[in-house]
Amino acid sequence: MSTLTSDTRRVIYQRPEALVDTSTHYCPGCGHGIIHRLVAELLDEMHLAPSTIGVASVGCSVFAYDYLAVDFVESPHGRAPAVATGVRRVRPDAFVFTYQGDGDLAAIGTAEIVHAAARGERISVIFVNNGIYGMTGGQMAPTTLLGQHTTSSPAGRDAGLAGYPIPITEMLALLPGVTYAARGSIADPPLIGRTKAMLRRAFQVQLAGAGLSIVEILSTCPVGWGMTPTEAMAHVAHDVVETYPLGVMVDRLKVPATGAREA
Amino acid sequence: MVLMTTATAEPASQADQAPRPVLMKGNEAMAEAAIQAGCDAYFGYPITPQAELLEWMARRMPELGRVFVQAESELGAINMALGAAATGARVLVSSSSPGMSLMAEAMSYMAGSEVPMVLINVMRGGPGLGSIGPSQADYFQATKGHGHGDYRVPVLAPSSISEAVALTADAFEVAERYRTPVIILADGVMGQAMEPVVPVYRTPAREPAGWELTGAVERDPRVVRSLHLRPEELEAHNHHLQAKYAAITEHEVRWAGEDLDDADIVIVAYGTSARVARTAVERAREQGLRVGIFRPISLWPFPSAELAAVALGARAVVVVEMSAGQMVEDVRLALGGRTPIFFHGRTGGMVPTPGEVVEAVVHAAAVTAPHLAGHPSPDGTKAVTR
Repeated sequence: MSTLTSDTRRVIYQRPEALVDTSTHYCPGCGHGIIHRLVAELLDEMHLAPSTIGVASVGCSVFAYDYLAVDFVESPHGRAPAVATGVRRVRPDAFVFTYQGDGDLAAIGTAEIVHAAARGERISVIFVNNGIYGMTGGQMAPTTLLGQHTTSSPAGRDAGLAGYPIPITEMLALLPGVTYAARGSIADPPLIGRTKAMLRRAFQVQLAGAGLSIVEILSTCPVGWGMTPTEAMAHVAHDVVETYPLGVMVDRLKVPATGAREA
Repeated sequence: MVLMTTATAEPASQADQAPRPVLMKGNEAMAEAAIQAGCDAYFGYPITPQAELLEWMARRMPELGRVFVQAESELGAINMALGAAATGARVLVSSSSPGMSLMAEAMSYMAGSEVPMVLINVMRGGPGLGSIGPSQADYFQATKGHGHGDYRVPVLAPSSISEAVALTADAFEVAERYRTPVIILADGVMGQAMEPVVPVYRTPAREPAGWELTGAVERDPRVVRSLHLRPEELEAHNHHLQAKYAAITEHEVRWAGEDLDDADIVIVAYGTSARVARTAVERAREQGLRVGIFRPISLWPFPSAELAAVALGARAVVVVEMSAGQMVEDVRLALGGRTPIFFHGRTGGMVPTPGEVVEAVVHAAAVTAPHLAGHPSPDGTKAVTR
């Protein structure tokens, strides 16, 4: 990324080419901006942009195509892994990723993600978990923490009424079709760096022709959570990780099963 | 009326001259027609009575190095179709009535984001899980409904297996010409029946589209989407869609007529009902009744003006459907009360018999006989029997 200019000033940070130069519609303190940037940096660094077909899902991040300068198809709510399957099967050389929120992937789209994973579709899933339906005004999601107050769980999420948060990435990691599954966070710069490494690995898995790769990213929704941006970041760092521990759940590219292709 | 005879072997010299009919099942004939039309990818989910179509594709598509995926649901299948078609691939999905209901969501998205695709609905009895018998009860759904929003989708209804083969190629052409999903509305008889056909396959030419997603190489990125949050922008998009639907209405109307020249009574029927009606016409003419058939092939756009012109010289119109009366509403709209309209329908997987249709024709002829011709109600509703 660094370039040496004629007057010897060194550029160490700039807008990635794959990130559109525009103002954002995301709220202050929202994590999507950081995650969009990570994706754009990797599209640049791995020279993927010209071959990329992204799949946008329903939620705040549907506008990912306004910020990432690659071809995009917009999916109905939850169906992004099915749409990505269609793209992948007829475009074997494309780089295909979905960008989905937790309402999209872990509620209405559970069948589509589970079966794309079971088939081992060669797609990368960027799963942004902020534990709430942000776009529609902050309702409870299947990922909402127990006790968390939302507009549809005003007394706090009660397991007796609304069940338990879904650790869906752990569930997906059980499937042999999932080659890589990890959970990162954007709560502080070191964690952002770690998350970028996870995304890079997920993209490498796809380029290696292996199965589905998914990176869940714990993100923020200060407006939906009724917090300041700073409080929201601290909440992810200290509280959300109690329910959703960070780390790599599976990396089958490293440990090929019998008969599986070598990395 | 559904021919079940196998083609007889011909001497080699004759076989060289004329194409030999082959015995084909409707579902398999439509599947092969799609393959011959250049279908790149098929996505489906098992449901009776269209399962043979999926099975044919499961065997043939991999043989040809093309894409076949059995999805986890009809939702999965049609959204795979959306993704594949958004890259410019020629895509087919098929289902039957309950599955079609699940596909309704993506139909709206594909209409909104202008993604061409062909969907074959081999209709069965409803509502709900209904029956697996043949039906035409999805006429409203196909022509007026499926998903939400202001949109239309061309609907083509074959009445024989040969016609189903021809319409499959036509459907891809119409889909790509207008950037729209197209429905082939068949029924359980069309899907399950076998008859000798000389399949006339056709591969429509591929035009470079200029909107499809191929990766942004030396061009600006493209987005295939239906979301337009600014109402002004969405209204403009709707105006664009409506202009397209007006063009389809102007150019894509299809229908066929038989024995209409001297017809006092015009039977309006499509698909399998039209096959039954053909036999009924022969019998009714033996009884001295002058009867003809007007057979809509495009159910949307409906051949309204053409039917109105044909009905002008008729005493009555008899609509025959395998439903409780759906297309009859479009017939009423087309005729505007100028001709009395009678209806005969069977539901739930039952097929009308030629005898029933003759009876309906005899009744219509009697009620509208010149010496009785008083004053049929302006919209013909009093003349409708069920």
